[in-house]
Amino acid sequence: MCTYLTKRLGVAGSGKGAAGWMRVTDATVYLDHPAHAPADHTLNIDLLNPDLGPAARVALELEPRSARELAEAILEMLAAETVPPAA
Amino acid sequence: MDEAIRAGVVEIAGHGGDPIRAYFAEPLESGSRPGMVVIHHMPGLDRQTKETVRRFAAQGYFAISPNLYWREAPGAEPDDAAAAARARGGVPDDRLVGDVGGAADFLRARPLASGKVGVIGYCSGGRQAVLAACHLPMQAAVDCYGAFVVGQPPEGFPIPISNLTAQLPNLGCPLLGLFGEDDQHPSPAETAELDALLTGHGKEHDFTTYPGAGHAFFAVDRPSYRPEAAVDGWGRIFAFLGRTLEG
Repeated sequence: MCTYLTKRLGVAGSGKGAAGWMRVTDATVYLDHPAHAPADHTLNIDLLNPDLGPAARVALELEPRSARELAEAILEMLAAETVPPAA
Repeated sequence: MDEAIRAGVVEIAGHGGDPIRAYFAEPLESGSRPGMVVIHHMPGLDRQTKETVRRFAAQGYFAISPNLYWREAPGAEPDDAAAAARARGGVPDDRLVGDVGGAADFLRARPLASGKVGVIGYCSGGRQAVLAACHLPMQAAVDCYGAFVVGQPPEGFPIPISNLTAQLPNLGCPLLGLFGEDDQHPSPAETAELDALLTGHGKEHDFTTYPGAGHAFFAVDRPSYRPEAAVDGWGRIFAFLGRTLEG
């Protein structure tokens, strides 16, 4: 199915896309059909810089278990540091 | 050369007269021909969609797929365009109708056009095919496992899509529906509800639900591919179009 569900958020950082490193300003997260991964549904993450055009994108298509493990690893790493809460 | 086709990108007038690109294919042999508008799925106007357009041309139709993401991402790769469109909230329903209408006008303007045009869509495009057929003069519509024609769309989608139940009385052409029994969106209960609604409105429709198949059973390069359902489905599509567009 097409889930349509999409989370959008602003982000601050850099990513490496097809044209090299760039600042990324936006992220979308969605569980839907992949473009490449051999699965019916994947957890997809796009890190974007819309000002640079549609190709300014770092894309991930992860099997849901991998995505969950990645998310837990991220939170575990962040918990080890003093990270300011979101404004 | 028999059975030759020509295919490539054209510019058409989409919703509001906006110039958008579309992938068009046509047989080279002369003769009066109906047309088919192919609505691409959420991953965009990709290689698979272009193959479908060429398949219709090889079968004797003028066929076209408007790039629904052209405004957000002109010239971008299909996956980048799909990501950009999703990040901006997706395709509004009124714009979809305008773009499909522009594509149908392009087909009807071909010198050998018969004037009859159908619309087909897969996945999100299945819902959009029904939507288009409720608002445009179409002679046939094919809904391949489109979610949220009936049922409750999810909350939180940036553009609040609605189901089409209130628009079904305006459906102006026969509808072929092809679904998988294991699909959850649309579920067999939802396609049964759609079946009952169309019957109540006196709308000609023909639904088939395939056992052992889920969503996207036509997609040959995905794990969801089910050859028995897909081969039978293609047979039903061309039989339906032969009756509605070529008769």
